[in-house]
Amino acid sequence: MSGGDIAAIFQGAIVTMALSLTGILIGLPIGLGLALIRWANVPFLAAVVTVYVSMLRATPLVTLLLLLFFALPNIGVPIDPVSAAILGLVMNTSAFNCEVWRSALMNFPRDQYEAAQSVGMRAGQRFRRIVLPQIVLVSLPGLVNEMSLLIKVTPVLAVVGVVDITRAAVRIGAETYEPLPPFLVAVALYVPIVFALVSLQRWIERRQQAAEAVA
Amino acid sequence: MIHDFGIVWSERALLLSGFANTAILSALAAVAALLLGFGLAPALMSKQPAVAWIARFFVDGMRCVPFLLFAYIVYYGFPTFGVRLDNWTTGLAALTIYNAAYMAEILRGAWVAQPREPIEAGIAFGFSEIRLFRRIILPPLLLSAGPVIGNQMIQIIKDSAFLTIIALPELTHAASSIQSRHYVPFAAFITAVFLYWGLCLVIEAGVGSVGRVADARR
Repeated sequence: MSGGDIAAIFQGAIVTMALSLTGILIGLPIGLGLALIRWANVPFLAAVVTVYVSMLRATPLVTLLLLLFFALPNIGVPIDPVSAAILGLVMNTSAFNCEVWRSALMNFPRDQYEAAQSVGMRAGQRFRRIVLPQIVLVSLPGLVNEMSLLIKVTPVLAVVGVVDITRAAVRIGAETYEPLPPFLVAVALYVPIVFALVSLQRWIERRQQAAEAVA
Repeated sequence: MIHDFGIVWSERALLLSGFANTAILSALAAVAALLLGFGLAPALMSKQPAVAWIARFFVDGMRCVPFLLFAYIVYYGFPTFGVRLDNWTTGLAALTIYNAAYMAEILRGAWVAQPREPIEAGIAFGFSEIRLFRRIILPPLLLSAGPVIGNQMIQIIKDSAFLTIIALPELTHAASSIQSRHYVPFAAFITAVFLYWGLCLVIEAGVGSVGRVADARR
């Protein structure tokens, strides 16, 4: 494996990082929106979201990606590998985020909400000033956990032709007839990123436990 | 569109064998990973630093490696060490080793959270180690870890789809070959999605009934 090959894997790493970040940033608010629809029990929509979340949580990302990449052009929506990758990641992660947000919303103390109502806050204000700041804190470990899970499934994006870490590694393996070294380099790139997120999650959990112990 | 589903129906034998492969592979991997996890969990809690450190290194390492890359490494790495297995066994080995780490961590968490009193009472009553584990530690451990183990089983089913890259004939692989043979992408993959969903709903229902047993015992 030459220096150029390692550079190619690093280039793939940039693509992987960019796609992961895009997926996370779009998936977070969509997950919150879905959770709010279920929380507020919006007629019909809440049922649709329930089915969507249950189904997406059960669907492997490979299967979802292949479905999007091959079926969308079939019904007249042209899609390139990168868009299919982002769409797949967002659909997948938003379903998991929805559950994290929703459990925070379900455990939100009712009395605080009613207190805000009684001092005449409007629904939007109540949500922005009272609910959101607190559920963000509660959801944080779960959301970070979901981010690390999302990064761990990104090698699948190579299946639809995105030139990420994994596809670069596969290509080099095929050219040099030595598939193992490029995959080990790929793993060496993934491990610190995922480890950082897992450590971040543990750190947040410990801090929150310490804060609770003081209170 | 109806016509497309007709084509998928005509290939139902292929799809069903893929579905069976996914189900059998996941079930075997889940059981084997759980058993390995039972071996690893005490190692994680071992009082000997070297044992605990090695177990911790393996468990944390697996939790940071993407499964797809791990499957590739097992697939290409085994022959380097002179181990030659067919794709099915390689896939099963990869799924098992990878998920054993997750199972060990789940079991360790549930183990640590168990109340000390029944265990100490068991020791005081002179239970041998094996009987103590089987009669006193294991039942409440399985009941309390049940839901998380169920989630991990769903994860195993989803991980098994990645094995399509080493040409293991599981459900996604079957859907792929139907799609490439007849060009019916939507019908083929959406059928696969529904089959995965059904499998996961069955597991969720199973976890739900274990949870009810646990509640009744509390």
